[in-house]
Amino acid sequence: MSTITAQNASLEREGAVLCSGVTCSFSSGELVAVVGPNGAGKSSLLALLAGDVEPASGSVNLDGRSMRDFAPVDLARQRAVLTQTNVVAFPFSVREVVSMGRFAWKSRESAVDDTAVVNAALEATDIAHLAQRRITTLSGGEIARVALARVLAQDTKVILLDEPTASLDIKHQEMVLELLRHKASNGTLVIIVVHDLEAAASIADRLLVMVNGHIVADGSPHQVLSSALLSEVYDYPIDVATSSLTGQLEIRPKRSSSTKKQP
Amino acid sequence: MNKEARATVDPKIVGLVLLLLLLTTIVISAIVGAYDVSPSEVVRTILRRTNLMGGSPSDPVADELIWYVRLPRIVLGVLVGASLATAGAVMQGAFANPLSEPGIVGVSSGAMAAAALQIVTGFAPFGIWTLPVAAFIGGLIAVAVVYSTARFDGRTEVLTLILMGVALNAIAGAFIGLLAYVADDSSLRSLTSWTLGSLSQSTWEKVCIVAPTAAIGIIGAICLSRTLDLLSLGDRAARHVGVNVERARIQVLLVVAILAGSAVAVSGIVLFVGLLVPHVVRLFVGPRHKYVLPLSVLFGSVVVALSDVLARNIVEPSELPLGVLTSIIGAPVFIWQLRRLRSRQGGWA
Repeated sequence: MSTITAQNASLEREGAVLCSGVTCSFSSGELVAVVGPNGAGKSSLLALLAGDVEPASGSVNLDGRSMRDFAPVDLARQRAVLTQTNVVAFPFSVREVVSMGRFAWKSRESAVDDTAVVNAALEATDIAHLAQRRITTLSGGEIARVALARVLAQDTKVILLDEPTASLDIKHQEMVLELLRHKASNGTLVIIVVHDLEAAASIADRLLVMVNGHIVADGSPHQVLSSALLSEVYDYPIDVATSSLTGQLEIRPKRSSSTKKQP
Repeated sequence: MNKEARATVDPKIVGLVLLLLLLTTIVISAIVGAYDVSPSEVVRTILRRTNLMGGSPSDPVADELIWYVRLPRIVLGVLVGASLATAGAVMQGAFANPLSEPGIVGVSSGAMAAAALQIVTGFAPFGIWTLPVAAFIGGLIAVAVVYSTARFDGRTEVLTLILMGVALNAIAGAFIGLLAYVADDSSLRSLTSWTLGSLSQSTWEKVCIVAPTAAIGIIGAICLSRTLDLLSLGDRAARHVGVNVERARIQVLLVVAILAGSAVAVSGIVLFVGLLVPHVVRLFVGPRHKYVLPLSVLFGSVVVALSDVLARNIVEPSELPLGVLTSIIGAPVFIWQLRRLRSRQGGWA
């Protein structure tokens, strides 16, 4: 069982409050989506949960131990992180970049075969055919999938992803969401930051809504996603309906018909 | 398949070719010059001086020339080239930035300023080791300043890095100018030949001083190979996959300062070797530091040893400063490489 708990954690940078008094707890097998408007502190929350930064006050623990008590290599065996930008400075091959995810396991005996794990990660993200290509010759969406493959190759019980679908086409978006759903079903704790509320509603077990560094709602998509809450959070009128065909939530901004020119 | 996906050359073959090139360069360097000697005399001198062969030399002048002038100069050239190329490769990897080099970003200048201070003041608490120690400390301060100021969000910006270099070079230059103003004649002469980068005052004593530090730096660099690969993901992602970035950063600063300090203590500032050598090596074998570092050691040795042969022989009987030559050859090649790499990689962030 892997758990992450944040207890009244706050994060400030240069006087700006990025996260304020955040208390939440996550356990194995959960797929949690963090949503909220731009600048709400979603990425900052992810950085706190990943152990990238120390909270200015409060605490963040992994399996009951404070994040700062983990050596980088021990932390890397517990959690993997996908950030929004993934620039590789030199033209390594795709396979080499994905293999970098195995670093934490190489220094100690591991029963898992590195090549097999890397191959599986390449397959899962649909980049096996690019394995020998130089990373510098790939498109943005392909680079994003290479970074995701590197995260999968790290083979951890906790995965934190900041907008994993942002630069992907619709097929690969669905593929990645499906993959994360599958990971969570097999006991991995998956926490993602997303902007697509419908996608979040359809795959997540649990939704965290953030505004101004605070968590304002935490619960199942059906509990959390209401027209009133979303309209207030995003400061824009938003409709929430349940599809009569699929039972899924449909979330749309209210658009007056006059905004589009009539032909 | 994209043409950029072409297979790289086997590192073993590249290593073998470079080794042959190095040996050839060493032999040429030993036999040509104002006083030509034959290859067999070179071999006999080496064997005699290392007590592997008895007898007395048939040409005592050639014997003295080979042993006391040419050989130490060759060995120092090899050490300087290897140190600079390795320092360049480590900096480029650690900064995740292909435009880093000890000369351009001001690390050599920092080493130089500290070493110049030592020469002019004559303060020597560590005996013959004082000069390299001073160069090391100066280089360490400079590389630490560059590292801390040119980085934002775990990456160095190309422009900030180059401008930091401009600033550091200006500060060090002004400081050395100030020292030259207060220096006496003899220290002024050694300062001047130094600033341009030269191997003309090579002795076995210098070899003994610099060989151990260069060796420590090179071995240290090679031990960092895997970490350097991972740092090309950027500091944050490198930490995510398990690299102790803070520790790696200190190791990198020390290694670069040792290498740049060693090179500067011998020959002053020799530009572009640290920039060009790793680039060319990467074109052949790809970016993995496991190959880039050892091959840069070899290729850097070849480049400086060969440049020195040219420096000694182009304008006979006088000689060009080594640094002038590497800049004349290096800078245009650098510009051409920059354009080529930039268009191929679609620009650098």
